[in-house]
Amino acid sequence: MSRAPEPVVDAELAAEHGLSAAEYQQLCDRLGRTPSYTELGIVSVMWSEHCSYKSSRKHLGSLPTTGPQVILGPGENAGVVDIGDGQAVVFKMESHNHPSYLEPYQGAATGVGGICRDVFTMGARPIALADCLRFGRPDHPRTQYLLGGVVHGIGGYGNSFGVPNVAGDVNCDASYDGNILVNAFCLGLAKADRIFKGTAAGVGNPLIYVGAKTGRDGIHGATMASAEFGEDSEEKRPAVQVGDPFMEKLLLEACLELMESDCLVGIQDMGAAGLTSSSVEMAARAGSGVDIDLDLVPQRETEMTPYELLLSESQERMLMVVHAGREDEAIAVFEKWDLDAVVVGRVTDTGRVVARMHGEVYADLPADFLAEGLKYDRPAERPAYLDEVATLDVDAMPVPDDLGAAALKLLAAPNVASKEWVIGQYDHNVRHGTVIRPGSADAGVVRVFAPDGRAKGVAIAAGCQSRMVYLDPYEGARLVIAEMYANLVAVGARPLAITDCLNFGNPEKPGIMWQFIEAVRGIGDACRALNTPVVSGNVSFYNETDGQAIKPTPMIAMVGVLDDVSAHLSCGFAGDGQVIAAVGRVGGVLDGSEYADVIGGQQRGRPAPLDIEAHKPVFDAMLALNGARALSSAHDVSEGGLLVTIAESMLGASRPMGAKIDLPKNGDRPDALLFGEAPARFVVSYPREKADVVARIAAEYGAPLTPIGETGGPSLDVAINGAPALSLPVEQVHHAWTHGFRDIAE
Amino acid sequence: MKFGVIRFPGSNCDDDALYVVDKALAPEGASGRIIWHKDTDLGAVDAVIVPGGFSYGDYLRAGAMAAHSPIMAAVKRFAEAGGPVLGICNGFQILCESGLLEGALARNESLQFICADVWCVVEGRRTPFTHAIPAGRHIRMSIAHAEGRYTHPEIDRLEREGQVVFRYCTADGEVSPEANPNGSMDNIAGVCNAAGNVVGLMPHPERAVEELLGHGGEDGRSLFLSALAWERGTPARVGGGAL
Repeated sequence: MSRAPEPVVDAELAAEHGLSAAEYQQLCDRLGRTPSYTELGIVSVMWSEHCSYKSSRKHLGSLPTTGPQVILGPGENAGVVDIGDGQAVVFKMESHNHPSYLEPYQGAATGVGGICRDVFTMGARPIALADCLRFGRPDHPRTQYLLGGVVHGIGGYGNSFGVPNVAGDVNCDASYDGNILVNAFCLGLAKADRIFKGTAAGVGNPLIYVGAKTGRDGIHGATMASAEFGEDSEEKRPAVQVGDPFMEKLLLEACLELMESDCLVGIQDMGAAGLTSSSVEMAARAGSGVDIDLDLVPQRETEMTPYELLLSESQERMLMVVHAGREDEAIAVFEKWDLDAVVVGRVTDTGRVVARMHGEVYADLPADFLAEGLKYDRPAERPAYLDEVATLDVDAMPVPDDLGAAALKLLAAPNVASKEWVIGQYDHNVRHGTVIRPGSADAGVVRVFAPDGRAKGVAIAAGCQSRMVYLDPYEGARLVIAEMYANLVAVGARPLAITDCLNFGNPEKPGIMWQFIEAVRGIGDACRALNTPVVSGNVSFYNETDGQAIKPTPMIAMVGVLDDVSAHLSCGFAGDGQVIAAVGRVGGVLDGSEYADVIGGQQRGRPAPLDIEAHKPVFDAMLALNGARALSSAHDVSEGGLLVTIAESMLGASRPMGAKIDLPKNGDRPDALLFGEAPARFVVSYPREKADVVARIAAEYGAPLTPIGETGGPSLDVAINGAPALSLPVEQVHHAWTHGFRDIAE
Repeated sequence: MKFGVIRFPGSNCDDDALYVVDKALAPEGASGRIIWHKDTDLGAVDAVIVPGGFSYGDYLRAGAMAAHSPIMAAVKRFAEAGGPVLGICNGFQILCESGLLEGALARNESLQFICADVWCVVEGRRTPFTHAIPAGRHIRMSIAHAEGRYTHPEIDRLEREGQVVFRYCTADGEVSPEANPNGSMDNIAGVCNAAGNVVGLMPHPERAVEELLGHGGEDGRSLFLSALAWERGTPARVGGGAL
């Protein structure tokens, strides 16, 4: 058969592929020739922002990635953290923003599928999912459609695949009108000494393709994710992949079954840039080469070209290397699960990735050169908007006459209100391990049995206070880390490590680059101080439409462990007549708060900073209080401040109950006391007989402890220094909180 | 009592069901093992569980493909001989598709997947999985499905024959439209065959056997404890919420 005709490659075609003139020149120089059309396609994807991290790598290098708890940091498909007893958790978060905006169901679904593959590729069985979502303002014409589609897509994939969705974060803000964020997190459990890597080692070993057949879907998905959206974005819809959770479930079971044997050398998910990036990365990690015969690749469509086969992002595919001579053993496992498994090539010692079809070579590229990618030091400059938003105009925000009405409005705000509408569409109980369901505490907790039968817990908190990061990228990022840390200690989990998913605008703009650098610096500083290294992550740039960038959104998922899962705490009050107390500072500040936004119409001010010296003891005290089993409930104070936190604890009780609160006047405005925000604050409850031990432990750690009231009654009554400030019947609180989000979704 | 748990491609509550019968209820005398869908023989088992999940991706129609799996012929023979068979969620759908149970499960009225705690009142004839639960008692379990709206062309006959085993109710035990999560006819959450030995239900009893996981509930144990008492042939009363 003769060679299929390919377009002539020149600078113009390279530019259409997203390569700059300089990048194209660099490619030609290195090859010593003009690349073939197929090679241009491969390089354009490997050098895309999405695959190469060319704008971010320089800065990501500053993040702390090591620690005694880290088994494997960034660089593989996911990070691996030791949880004791020879067990490890494998986790990562990844963005699927661009495809989800174009095609919300499939975009979100394949986001879940991709992150699950990253985890089970490493030999871990996925046991928990979490999703962090950002949508445009509630009244934007596309918000309801996108929200419905994304939630349906996440549920459609995760529910079928069979992993509980236990945590996450959903928010709305006008800055996401044209660029929603869909960040999917997956955590798996593995034996610490049975971690699999994506490596193509051993010359002569066969390269086996497994899973779904290759079609034309998703070609140049990675390139799409590396450019801003404009008016033509609808035309990019065909670059969105289509997911098949059933296929992925078969792939999961087959892979884990194969991993029980010792015939596997390396395995890698075919994600962004499909066969290309998986083969390049596997060869580069091993310092080897690979020869692929594209004729052997299982194909779903006819007459596919080498270019299409190499760049397709068809889902639910894996590439693996097994020991030579043991192909049949591996293929038999996949046949049992009715999956295609075909030897498509061999490992070589050439250091090159060679792709042939009909006996002709269509691509012959050095693996290390491709995997190395590019590394830019893009110019950064403090953006001017920061001065404009630096000061909260308190005079424009008088204390409301009716604090109760303000409280109800805040409770019904989409960012504060119950996300039951979302959570209820995800299976959060499958796999028989969910101890804390989403929405009932600050973090999700799943049970893990140690080999000796002890029940441990793995806790996951995920989210980002993007408004804080917008107002102060460095401090805001530190606050995000502190918030996730607080979420974990509130449920009684010892924080171990994080994965990050950094969503920003166009890095070619110095102001965006500055936000990114500052946020990364903030994450690094806070993670170092709190000993929660970064073990995996993802960067999503170009979250802009028509030049409008999203708020900087470094989404963080932090993972912790409970040595005894029975010690877990939820946020709901446990019964009448218990003491309610604030741990940490009682009031907060209005700067950057949800209250200032919802009630005052201002996204301005200087967020209250994280003070490690003052706040770490508060976190430690929370863990000690939990360790002593002194508390009945614990809830971190975040968006909406103290009042919202108390209300959520009331509604989180098995039967909603009221509370009687009397706050000490501290000179702050009453609304700052009730609704202000600041890090390291908790609302806890405990029986009276535990009051002494609670006070003793708090004092021991130097954590401020202020009893502020009592659980029970038909209403939420709040006084300040004995003077009534507001009184709301429980039903009214319940109605505002349960309807606020549902009403915008339906 | 040996339970066989069928594993179809796409089953995802198979491990959960196995955990319950082989670990959680082992002290009560239960044991279990997985049976592969391509097998044609159940082996030595005393009861069969057809677990939840998305067998064959629920493509075509929930449970439609699994109903034609080789193992289902063996399950039918087992059921016809009077063996106890429990279908949970997707397993209920498979039993309906394979003709072992009557009726069908259509898309939820809301058109959405629903994951939530529900209450069900236990009624109907004596079945291996409910005989020890006092009739009229209501128990808490969770549901997780998109296609759980029970429909039957001759619902009156089904009711007359006493084949309705579980009915969605409120926390107070009242069978009302508000307590119906998915639009099922007559609030039906589960049914049995004419002989009573085959039971299917949409709620997940296997997810409600431990205080730690069941949000303070372990009512689901009562179905499995009933089966164990049935096997022993001893009269018993087990579990369940307040009457």
